[in-house]
Amino acid sequence: MLRRLAWPFALLVRAFEGFLQGNNATAQSDKPPVVRGDINTLPAVYLAAAVLDPLYIFDSAGSILYSNEAADLAFGPVTKSASLRLKFRAPEMHELVSRVISGEEESTAINYAERVPVERAYRVVASRIGNDTGLYVLMFKDQSEARRIDRMRADFIANASHELRTPLASVAGFIETLRGPARDDPKARENFLQIMQNQTQRMARLIDDLLSLSRLEMKPYQKPNAQLDVVVLVKGVIESMRHIAKENGVEIVSELDDTPRLIAGHSDELVQVFENLLENACKYGSSGKRVVLSVEQASPMEEVRVTVRDFGPGIPEEHIPRITERFYRVDVETSRTQKGTGLGLSIVKHILTRHDARLSIKSASGKGASFVVHFPPVPPSAGSGGYV
Amino acid sequence: MQNQHTMRSFDDELNYLSDQIAAMGGYAERMVAEAVSALVQSDVGLARKVVEDDVFLDTKEREIGERAVIIIGKRQPVADDLREIVGAIRISSDLERIGDLGKNIAKRVVAVTEGKQPVRLFRGLEALAGLALTQLKEVLDVYASRSVERIGFVRDRDEEIDAMYTSLFRELLTYMMEDPRNITACTHLLFCAKNIERIGDHATNIAETVHHIVTGRQLPLERPKEDQSHKVVADPEA
Repeated sequence: MLRRLAWPFALLVRAFEGFLQGNNATAQSDKPPVVRGDINTLPAVYLAAAVLDPLYIFDSAGSILYSNEAADLAFGPVTKSASLRLKFRAPEMHELVSRVISGEEESTAINYAERVPVERAYRVVASRIGNDTGLYVLMFKDQSEARRIDRMRADFIANASHELRTPLASVAGFIETLRGPARDDPKARENFLQIMQNQTQRMARLIDDLLSLSRLEMKPYQKPNAQLDVVVLVKGVIESMRHIAKENGVEIVSELDDTPRLIAGHSDELVQVFENLLENACKYGSSGKRVVLSVEQASPMEEVRVTVRDFGPGIPEEHIPRITERFYRVDVETSRTQKGTGLGLSIVKHILTRHDARLSIKSASGKGASFVVHFPPVPPSAGSGGYV
Repeated sequence: MQNQHTMRSFDDELNYLSDQIAAMGGYAERMVAEAVSALVQSDVGLARKVVEDDVFLDTKEREIGERAVIIIGKRQPVADDLREIVGAIRISSDLERIGDLGKNIAKRVVAVTEGKQPVRLFRGLEALAGLALTQLKEVLDVYASRSVERIGFVRDRDEEIDAMYTSLFRELLTYMMEDPRNITACTHLLFCAKNIERIGDHATNIAETVHHIVTGRQLPLERPKEDQSHKVVADPEA
């Protein structure tokens, strides 16, 4: 892995030396030193900007002088001459920076991991640029995928094996009964086969949800920068969920107006969020007979709130903080009869975290429940540009 | 970050202080994360390492305190400089406490992992720790970037942590009633949960200090209190 990092890196360092020489020239001539097609006058910042991995350039005081676009996307924008040590606080990162600045090592690498809000892992290289530039470069190589695969495997063993065992045990039990005592009892046989079918369907759903969750976790973390109108998106979801509402005897009441509400997001993932929320509201709040959807935003500078409200039995207070955990169920029996897998809200929460959005839940027993999705406002500078 | 002073060395001293806070913050974040993963994965070795790491925070806190006193004595700072320095003292003591709480969790690892514990016992705790760690990271990011407009969110999250803690308290209580053999582990886990909840409180304190450093104004005193665990009783009917 180190070797893979090494070559573009060496190129970069070389370019930097070129940049500094070129820079001296500018002071005298006032003309940009760039010569078309000439590598020797290529400014290093151009090259740094072209690097797809996050990259920072800092001085011997540890102040960040430059960050490329990938760095700003991955770790958020930095103000000019912000302290690198403040930006990356991990002890191993501080050591790395100090080692390079002190000249102890010309170039050195560590593993760096962030746990929250989304797990990410990087191989980080710090290196001196040239001999007397007084500048240093810090470069990140994303290793999250390998880490996620490891973690997924562990998670799968911990969660899935446990959750799959129950229906599997029941199927195994019925097979045994069917071969033994119930062999010649057609009525019991039909009954048992029905139960077995339900259980296998349950396992299939469970595997679908687990796969969907791990697919999400596998996707490299990237803040969405496409903009979309959440009102249109929610309206689309309502249409696609009509049949489920009908099955549960619920009417979907839309309190949406036509004002576009822009948010940053991946449309497929957000459709999944609202489908899940709406499906839950229809299934668990069916006794309320209606589900109300609304979108609000006080001013363009404030968050966009999308509310899915049902009027069913509500969720007891003590369960509210926990229901987005995997396999956490408020009531095991209801969840089973409604064909829940205990993963729906986990998926919702996971997607929202990736969107820098959050889910808040308000409910009281007997008074229904509101699931509110809060999206951060779209920065005005990026304004409707990307929106079609 | 600060406006430049005529004396470059004063800037250097202030930057040194904030870099030290960053170092403490990094250690505190790592200690808490490692203590919880040691607990969940029954990793006694990792737990021991966390306990050893705590010395760093203790010495750094003293160092920052001494430095700050020297700077105040030498430079007689006023206004935002003074707030910056006093803020550093306060933040360092919050971070030192967070380290202690992390260490305390690590110390319990041996006791909890003595018998093999089912995963479900830890699931809630992991989620709670995730919230507290996010909170801690956010406030330290706010300290680094001085973007105080995010502080509102930080305080909201504290509410979430408290609610989750109350719920976890109930859950652990249920496990203990189900099977008395769970009592040892669950009692330790209760303390761990309490520690994590306290970490969230310290993070909120830091957020308030940062707000004061940057704006010169205090945040309003009243803040929502969601910790209902003092009202939770074991109800055999439930």
